[in-house]
Amino acid sequence: MPSTHERVLSVQALRKQYGATVAVDGISFDVGRNEIVGLLGPNGAGKTTTINMILGVLEPTAGSILIEGVDLAKRRSQALERTNFAAVYSPLPGNLTVQQNLRVSGLIYGVKGLSARIEELLVQFDLVRFRDTKCGVLSSGEQTRVALAKAMLNRPQLLLLDEPTASLDPATAKDIRARIREFATRGTGGVLWTSHNMYEVEEVCDRVLFVSRGKVLLEGDPRALPREHGKASLEELFITVAREPLALERA
Amino acid sequence: MALNRAAAIVLRQFYLIRGSPSRIFPLFVWVAIDMVLWGFMSRYLNSVTAPGLDFVPALLGAVLLWDFLTRVMQGVTMAFFEDVWSRNFLNVFATPLSINEYVGGLVLSSIATSSIGLLVMLLVAGAAFGLSLFTYGLMLVPFLLVLFLFGIALGIFGAAVVLRLGPSAEWFVWPIPAVVSPFAGVFYPLSTLPEWMRAISHLLPPSYVFEGMRTIVAGGAFSGTSLLWGVGLAVLDILLAGWFFTRVYRHAVRTGLIARYSAESVS
Repeated sequence: MPSTHERVLSVQALRKQYGATVAVDGISFDVGRNEIVGLLGPNGAGKTTTINMILGVLEPTAGSILIEGVDLAKRRSQALERTNFAAVYSPLPGNLTVQQNLRVSGLIYGVKGLSARIEELLVQFDLVRFRDTKCGVLSSGEQTRVALAKAMLNRPQLLLLDEPTASLDPATAKDIRARIREFATRGTGGVLWTSHNMYEVEEVCDRVLFVSRGKVLLEGDPRALPREHGKASLEELFITVAREPLALERA
Repeated sequence: MALNRAAAIVLRQFYLIRGSPSRIFPLFVWVAIDMVLWGFMSRYLNSVTAPGLDFVPALLGAVLLWDFLTRVMQGVTMAFFEDVWSRNFLNVFATPLSINEYVGGLVLSSIATSSIGLLVMLLVAGAAFGLSLFTYGLMLVPFLLVLFLFGIALGIFGAAVVLRLGPSAEWFVWPIPAVVSPFAGVFYPLSTLPEWMRAISHLLPPSYVFEGMRTIVAGGAFSGTSLLWGVGLAVLDILLAGWFFTRVYRHAVRTGLIARYSAESVS
């Protein structure tokens, strides 16, 4: 568990309820600096709902979210200035070029030395030749690289990635994982990552949280957790969480 | 309010318009066609009515002013629709951008696009039909101000309706000026209207502009106090529209509509 000054994200007793349906049921967790935390769980477990609340586009029913100690509910802009995200379901507008999209996002995030930063990211994410290409005509892998370049624009302290490698071929996915790993180890930020690819999670994440029915059921090192729960692999543990969450809750 | 964030919305609109003939042409083509159509209509009416009556400043001028209001409104809604059409809400609202900055960006975009429309209308109406808005004297400034403010209010209101009801609700927004115009007395004095319509007219800022315009064209004295009501109402309408947009946005954040906007899950 990261100490207070090392936390880039602190979520406490977060809850989201729609009428009688509880989507997120009082979950608490932290993300530390230089840490990649995996948020795992079956479809409908509450992962994206949690990420949407951290991004400020969904109001929690209860609980608090602090980004680098800044309360999202009270100082939204200041909290989100330190954050950025990439999600497979939120591509950048296809009717703008790569460079135009990065420039517009850079202005929104108030990035200093924006032109130089864009050039740096175009090189880093191998996008130079697509600079003046409209995002809508890029392949899935290229669009993901643009989304990640956008997510890195403001050198965020908290990077939220919702299935960033979904729909990518294995080679591109490996490349993307390496870049995110590099972001976490070289900078001062932390990453909250959701994925359904357990191989990827084992390779990338320092810590995982298994979420089911809006609650955190398990937390720990993705390489040690399966053994601790008598499972052969993280994938087997995931299937147990998805099918028999009550058994794990009782344990 | 951070200006750079509002400027991001304007820059996005500039990029979109610059690279797209289908966005450039509507800025001036339809208003130019309107000027030609109503210009000839005014000329025809001049030829069949009593000598001395000039329909150019009264009729063509009214169309020009009404088109200006419509372009101001559409400047706001079109900029908003770009985010709807490209399913861009998450990239806009999951950022430090505040609602005030976002709406400010929409308004600034509208100032730029509606100014182009106004300029084209002035050129066509002036060159082809001899219309000069200077006929209205110094009142021209408050006339344009009231119409601009009310156009902004309608634009923000329209954007809020689409945010609340979903992408298909844009079809509620396009006809708003047509719905308002009979009450605003664009082409006829308010005295023409029945009592109940006139009561509504008095709540609409443009009605003060068009009444004033006709009075000036007819050579009568127009009271500035009356126009002050128009300015006051237009400012009030902007505040109400801003309040409505914020309320709809908060509802969308509470229900998750922003994150799942294209699903139209909220009726």
